[in-house]
Amino acid sequence: MTDPAVQLTNTSKRYGDVEALRDVSLSIEPGEVVAMLGPNGAGKTTSISLMLGVRNPSSGGARLFGMDPKNLKARSRVGVMLQESGVPGMLRVSEIVDLFRSYYPAPLPTSEAIAMAGLEEKAHSLVKDLSGGQHQRLYLALAVCGNPDALFLDEPTVGMDVEGRRRFLEEVGELAAKGRTVVLTTHYLEEADQLAQRVIVIDHGTVIADASPAAIKARVAGKRITFTTAAPPEDSQLAGLPLQSRVVEDHRVRLLTNEPEGVLRELFRRGVPMQDLEVSGADLEEAFIAMTHREVHP
Amino acid sequence: MSAVATRPTTAPVLPMLARQSYAEFIKLFRVPAFSATSIVLPSMFYAFIGLGQASEPLFPGSHVTFGQYFLASMALYGVANVMVLGFGISLANERGQKQDLLMKSTPLPAPIYFAAKALSALAIALIAIVVLGLFAAVAAHVQLTTGQWGTLGLRAMLCSIPFIGLGFALGYVAGPNSAVTNLIYLPTAFASGLFFPLRLLPHFLQNVAPYLPLYRAAQLVWDSVGARTEGGSISTDWLYMAAYAVGFFLLAFWAYRRDQGKKFN
Repeated sequence: MTDPAVQLTNTSKRYGDVEALRDVSLSIEPGEVVAMLGPNGAGKTTSISLMLGVRNPSSGGARLFGMDPKNLKARSRVGVMLQESGVPGMLRVSEIVDLFRSYYPAPLPTSEAIAMAGLEEKAHSLVKDLSGGQHQRLYLALAVCGNPDALFLDEPTVGMDVEGRRRFLEEVGELAAKGRTVVLTTHYLEEADQLAQRVIVIDHGTVIADASPAAIKARVAGKRITFTTAAPPEDSQLAGLPLQSRVVEDHRVRLLTNEPEGVLRELFRRGVPMQDLEVSGADLEEAFIAMTHREVHP
Repeated sequence: MSAVATRPTTAPVLPMLARQSYAEFIKLFRVPAFSATSIVLPSMFYAFIGLGQASEPLFPGSHVTFGQYFLASMALYGVANVMVLGFGISLANERGQKQDLLMKSTPLPAPIYFAAKALSALAIALIAIVVLGLFAAVAAHVQLTTGQWGTLGLRAMLCSIPFIGLGFALGYVAGPNSAVTNLIYLPTAFASGLFFPLRLLPHFLQNVAPYLPLYRAAQLVWDSVGARTEGGSISTDWLYMAAYAVGFFLLAFWAYRRDQGKKFN
């Protein structure tokens, strides 16, 4: 039997008086692709830091491939993109990839790592001259250049444009298809839906859901009602309805409710002018909102 | 799984050290504010202060010229400058940019990281004294025997080692604020007699100087050109340097642990 790629056992983490993680136990098997979802400050980055041994748990244990995460043998099997970390600006892209390759026992060729991140044209640029999205891609190149068994990606697509994100997700999908373990945290629910076989929802430092995206969606009994209006709807038009959530973006309204018929009847009665009306099952984002009772700010 | 089992579990350390040292070196070298001041400043001071009186005797009747004395002084000033100022500041800057978090998440062992930083700083220091030596020889016609050149270079490099520890400590304690560090370093260099012979300095400084690490290092480099200013023996000086090295590296280790505890506990 092989060791789990990641194992947290009754793990808690306190920063002074703040309890960032409370008694979390979870195990991620090799080859799994797991998305960790949660609002800001929920404990996602803390979880990743503990899994990687960047921080120590206040109580409980963390194992990486069955070893202490600080063990270099364990570290040599993972590639990491951390949200907050900086990179030396005065190195060229190819130089820093070369440097990071030397940390790993069986690295990929430099050019391959750079190509996977889509940075071929920037290979000879200084890191400080890269754009925000290119920085993120450089982090990907650094994470994959060691040819690791597991990838930890903390908010990997922040700062990327639409095309960059699409390409990035494709690359990560390919790595996952090759049997790599991928653990990513994200705000973007469609990323989790698209990539992950398993979603772990964290809120207030505890795991509140751990299941496949489909199973999590199915937990939300409600239906989603979407429509557009000619003018942004007034608050009074939507007031007093039995809603679980309400998202109004300009002319587009998205409602989540357990009583779709009643809500629709009331909307018609109030004479709200609805176009492109659609009623469907909840998506991951709504499931997430329903579970955490918070609005998601993309 | 057999393919996984047979492959090495960690990367070899020496190539890692070589790559890391090279990267640290070019990182320092490509910042003109660092490389230019580190490499050019000692020669520039030499041009301003030493050049005009290079062939004069250090004091009436001395067989040592001011040029020789000042070459030794600036060699020491140069190497310590690299360690204390540039090196400490670059470390503080990197911490400010959270590069330490990036390094922390890789399988790079911390001792390799620090050894590479020290090696790269030593390389810059070596370039600085070679440039200074060439400048002194060509522009000021300073003459030393081959043995003196070698001894001076070696001693200056050895004397830089305690200041590596000091640079590390400052990098972890101080922010990337060169003004404060310079405010301490430059007067210390003066007080140790690196710019003007100690006997020309105010009396109270003459009393303080013997306890300063730069002063002890200065005796060693001056000694290599026959210009030591006090009677003590060089073995005493080396003992002082060793003690300073131990003290500064302990300080650096303490500062490092404190920083790590704050950030990564």
